[in-house]
Amino acid sequence: MNWSSSILARIARATRTLNRIIGAPDYDTYLSHARTCHPDAALMTRDEFVRQRLEDRYSRPGARCC
Amino acid sequence: MRRFLSVLSWVLVAALGAGIFGWIALNRGERVNAAWLVVAAVCFYVVAYRFYSRIIAANIFALDANRMTPSERLNDGRDFVPTNRWVVFGHHFAAIAGPGPLVGPTLAAQFGFLPGAIWIVVGVALGGAVQDFVILASSVRRNGKSLGQMAKEEIGPVAGMVALVAILGIMVVLIAVLALIVVNALGESPWGVVTVGLTIPIALLMGGYMRWIRPHQVLEATVMGLLLLVVALYVGRWVAENPALAPTFTLSRTTLAWCIMVYGFLASVLPVWLLLAPRDYLSAFVKIGVVAALALGVLIVLPPLEMPAVSRFVDGTGPVFAGKVFPFCFITIACGAISGFHALISSGTTPKLLMREPDARFIGYGAMLTESMVATLALIAACVLTPGTYFAINAPPSAIGTTVESAALAVANWGFVLDPAEFTALTASVGETKLLSRTGGAPSLAVGMAHLFSNVLGGTTAMALWYHFAIMFEALFILTTLDAGTRVGRFMLQDLLRHISEPLGRVAWYPAVVLSSAMFVSAWGYFLYQGVVDPLGGINSLWPLFGIANQLLAVVALCVGTTVIVKMGKARFAFITIIPLVWLCIVTMTAGYMKIFSPDPKLGFLSHARLVQDQINAGTLPANVKTMAEAGRLLVNDRVDAAVAGFFMISVVIVIAASASEWLAVILGRKPAISTEIPFEPRAVAVGD
Repeated sequence: MNWSSSILARIARATRTLNRIIGAPDYDTYLSHARTCHPDAALMTRDEFVRQRLEDRYSRPGARCC
Repeated sequence: MRRFLSVLSWVLVAALGAGIFGWIALNRGERVNAAWLVVAAVCFYVVAYRFYSRIIAANIFALDANRMTPSERLNDGRDFVPTNRWVVFGHHFAAIAGPGPLVGPTLAAQFGFLPGAIWIVVGVALGGAVQDFVILASSVRRNGKSLGQMAKEEIGPVAGMVALVAILGIMVVLIAVLALIVVNALGESPWGVVTVGLTIPIALLMGGYMRWIRPHQVLEATVMGLLLLVVALYVGRWVAENPALAPTFTLSRTTLAWCIMVYGFLASVLPVWLLLAPRDYLSAFVKIGVVAALALGVLIVLPPLEMPAVSRFVDGTGPVFAGKVFPFCFITIACGAISGFHALISSGTTPKLLMREPDARFIGYGAMLTESMVATLALIAACVLTPGTYFAINAPPSAIGTTVESAALAVANWGFVLDPAEFTALTASVGETKLLSRTGGAPSLAVGMAHLFSNVLGGTTAMALWYHFAIMFEALFILTTLDAGTRVGRFMLQDLLRHISEPLGRVAWYPAVVLSSAMFVSAWGYFLYQGVVDPLGGINSLWPLFGIANQLLAVVALCVGTTVIVKMGKARFAFITIIPLVWLCIVTMTAGYMKIFSPDPKLGFLSHARLVQDQINAGTLPANVKTMAEAGRLLVNDRVDAAVAGFFMISVVIVIAASASEWLAVILGRKPAISTEIPFEPRAVAVGD
């Protein structure tokens, strides 16, 4: 691995960490989970997944405080 | 030897913290540097974390790194995902920290900085952080159950119902008072209106970008949004300085109140990807950035505290809000010391992400200590202003009149100094035409922060930019709580309406969505409007109501926690939740009683109503009230406020009674002490992966 690809990998990792902290939908995690644990079940597309996660997040108390 | 050194160093840290507080308390007349307050607070936090939170982690729950957590047991790649502890900490902190820890301490600064500082530090160590941690650990042991579910299952259906209604009631009062703060900060301020108003199209733009242009590139869109926020800051200044445009955007407080209601309604009915989600991402970054900037600003500038340690207003005659230091200091500062709302988050997303049980200590107790530090910093930012400036900004017109001269006179009567020329210069330097009586805490905090930041970067010429930057991010936090809260409130309302008529509960059926959104917005809109037209300045009645409501939810949470501990057979450690529980009961009951029945019309809702009634009967009108109809509305408002406070008090009594009978039954052996937690299962994977 050369230096530029290692920097890119680091940026990708940092991006994922930041995305998780702000609570953005994490499709990759869902995908890898679904592939390992439920290989036969139908997968949601990225669009479906994101829409479903956001709807869920803003429908119950406990996502945001004073 | 090593053990001895460790004990010695902890004793030194504890002694340092206690010593500084003692020195500040006994020191008279000398100005205290903010650095002392920061050092004392940090000493307290580390000692509390090391020793007090250990009782909960080791003696009560016996948190075990080998015990399976819900995120592993129920891993679904969506809600339940085992997550790195630092990520969970960041996520949890961003969720619990909002405008609350900034505004409460600013308002409580009218008592001087010491009462607020002690309550923030002691309250968090023995109360707030304990509540967050105990609820988080209880929820982790119950597959991530919510506070409402736990209240129902641990205490009983009545407590569960009270918890549900209390949450809804708190959201109504919380949103109203937060909206009022925004209205007070933006009224008659074209710069503020334009800058904050532009954050809405910026969010829409981000939403569109993430949907059509570069789908799902959240960070790209957020970076773009952050840059646009800076542009919005300059556009605001340009409009404010443009004589043709400025009057168009100079909005009265009533107009702004209506605008915010419309905004809340739209946020509740529009798709979340368009408005809510992008605003939330933006706000999360701004939040973490501002907290870091505030800490840096205080540490670099190390400002002296201009406010006395204890002001004369501990006697209850303060202009910012009525009431003595006990109980009102403890009601005014909720977030930062103990906030019941956090229990919803500790039993919401966080327990579903926790990877290993012992992380609950770092996240539950630790994140709350961090929020407490934010509250301490906000208190410092409010107290770097001279008391004269602080009261001129935070006192309503009924206390200081409407001109700088009358304010200077009133402030002089209180024993402080306000130079009219200096205050006028300050007003101009932050780019405003009016700073007087901008109640609600946000503007005085913004002036304090602008003072700190401009000392570090930009000098006095940058005051105006920093001031509006601070106003913008405060409004951004608040509007993010407001829009998400309105939507959640709509869902909760639909959940209740479902019992009356099934179709009203359908969350995707448009008539039901519109109806329930309108109902929820009118509920908080009513209190907001009442606050805007209140001659005493609405903060005086609404902020204590919010404090009481928030502490009521903390009472529910601590009752749940105590019941969990008692049923685990650990009743001898139940003091951990009973100490804050008893204190909060005393505080909420006293404050509630005083707000309803106090004979002082500035404090008591009913005596104020009587005063207005007498004035109506005598054919005169209260100050600042123009028509008889308006006076009649004041009467209704007072009675509604009294009823709301009474409702919260009755709820406290019901929850306490229901919980106490559970505890007695278990302790006296009438009921077996059976814990409802999921039995131990070892982790599937090796520890340390």
